[in-house]
Amino acid sequence: MAKIEDYIPIVGESVVEDLRLIAVHLRGKRILNVNSTAVGGGVAEILNRMVPLLRELGLDVHWDVIKGGEEFFEVTKKFHNALHGGRVDIGEKDFEIFMETSRSNLEQMEISGDIIFIHDPQPIVLVRKRTDNKWIWRCHIDLSEPKKKVWRFLKEFVVQYDAAVFSAPAFSRRLLIRQFLIAPSIDPLSDKNRELPQKVIDGILAKYGVPKDKPIITQISRFDRLKDPVGVIATYRLVKKYIDCRLLLAGGTATDDPEGQKVFEEVLEAAQGDPDIHILAIAQNDLEINALQRASTVIIQKSLKEGFGLTVSEALWKAKPVVASNVGGIPLQVKDKYSGLLCYTPEGAAFAVKQLLSSPDYARQIGENGREHIRNNFLITRHLREYMLLFLSLYHRENIVHL
Amino acid sequence: MAELVRAAEPFRFYSRLHLTELTGLRAAGLVQLVRLLKSVPGGSIYYHTHRFLQQHQYLSPEPPNDFAYWVREILSEEELGERLASIDIVQFSTIRSLRERIIATIEGYLVEHPGAKMRFPREGGEFHFKKAVSFILPTQHVSYDLREFVEILKRVTIGSIYFHIFEAKLRLEKGTNDFSNWIENSIGNESLAHSIARLDPYVYTLEDLRRTITDLIEREIG
Repeated sequence: MAKIEDYIPIVGESVVEDLRLIAVHLRGKRILNVNSTAVGGGVAEILNRMVPLLRELGLDVHWDVIKGGEEFFEVTKKFHNALHGGRVDIGEKDFEIFMETSRSNLEQMEISGDIIFIHDPQPIVLVRKRTDNKWIWRCHIDLSEPKKKVWRFLKEFVVQYDAAVFSAPAFSRRLLIRQFLIAPSIDPLSDKNRELPQKVIDGILAKYGVPKDKPIITQISRFDRLKDPVGVIATYRLVKKYIDCRLLLAGGTATDDPEGQKVFEEVLEAAQGDPDIHILAIAQNDLEINALQRASTVIIQKSLKEGFGLTVSEALWKAKPVVASNVGGIPLQVKDKYSGLLCYTPEGAAFAVKQLLSSPDYARQIGENGREHIRNNFLITRHLREYMLLFLSLYHRENIVHL
Repeated sequence: MAELVRAAEPFRFYSRLHLTELTGLRAAGLVQLVRLLKSVPGGSIYYHTHRFLQQHQYLSPEPPNDFAYWVREILSEEELGERLASIDIVQFSTIRSLRERIIATIEGYLVEHPGAKMRFPREGGEFHFKKAVSFILPTQHVSYDLREFVEILKRVTIGSIYFHIFEAKLRLEKGTNDFSNWIENSIGNESLAHSIARLDPYVYTLEDLRRTITDLIEREIG
């Protein structure tokens, strides 16, 4: 596990010095994170990295997980889809299941701390346990067009918190509590992002049978319609008319998700056996994803909808030129024509990919700008700083806080 | 080499860190933008005219304010975008006067080009008003003379440079930047203080600004 000093060569000594300066002001405060799972998913991934680093900075940070059965998580999955604006059939029974599990967690969990930091909707009801301590609700979901029925239900709990945190400005709602903007982050020292020797990268390409004879266009995403993998194939075909290249579509197998399997089959069908299209179902393997990103010439993220789209930050951190849809949190990561190219359609994406493949100097510059943009704005050190400032803001109402 | 003046009052470097607060207010056109500009908190005007400086500090001086960027890139009103981008922020010593100038610029444009009232962003392209919550922390770095000062200046975060140059001047309504203030009043070097005060910090990246000020001081102390 990385130590805080290990980040100094990446972000500079003064950035780490600032973290230590802030941490001093949080000594003695007990901070409890609560989410719904200890492994798997973006929230658990980031907490696994952040909790030890915050402790190393001297904070008394803890992490607890709610309990829930299959039925409960089916309902919260429905909530998730409805908050993303999807059409979902939700009835009174679903709300009852949600409340029943929430009540049982309320009874069984010991929630003690000066600051209780609740992640996402699953544990949201725990706020009923609030005393005179501070409560924060951290929403990782795109709330720009939530289905009203679910949002109305959750809002009743949200307003009982001291503050809410969102990943993009469009996700915020009109609320009577304070709302903060904190983007997620990537960890430059994790297996998914750390530097890799060329022979490791070559070994993984060889393992998956991907030759290095042509430029490689890649999209890393689970097989989900919202990631538009079929649109990526259309983009590749438009590029291929002019520039010989390979397409790499790699992501989770999602065997537990019937729709994921269906999309995977649709993608296979759309590829029509083209030997230059490599469709790789890769189980959770951060190192391999890292290697595939590093082996790519151009990286695409052609999502139709996106919570934040951290795969874009991962690609930019590797100084790869990126072509990505102008949705969700992506425009925060990509400033068009500066740290990547934004697109809306397969045609627009193809035009951008052709530009990058034909102008390597331009592509290199865009990639390097992207890496610096991520270094300044989307690394875990910025995330640690903002979480600590968020905790401090609970004790200060003013706009300029002198510590 | 001239002997260095030792200040009675040392210069203490501060760090400035910020957290972004969402106001939940959004504009979907110029008329709505002006209406909200009149009522949002001063911290919001400050945020949208200074955010770019810190987000892209290492690379290029980006458009100096979010309003200009939105008007040009999202509403495609290029002329108004240029007028907003060229507002000389360095000339304003209060947020109130800066706010008034931005409003007057847009209102003046709408009188000349009433058709611009009908420009709307695509869905999701609304202007979201945010504001900055600033945290100001004293660092352990203090200097008693220009040599010590310049060595620390090379190492502090750009958040520190930002605080002493921008935040001190405009948001805290100090009139000049902290570096010039100390160099003039505690070191007694008026010409160096003025050379730094004369820089237009809004056209530099923060790293370039650090380099430029470092060069000015090093030239002075030899």
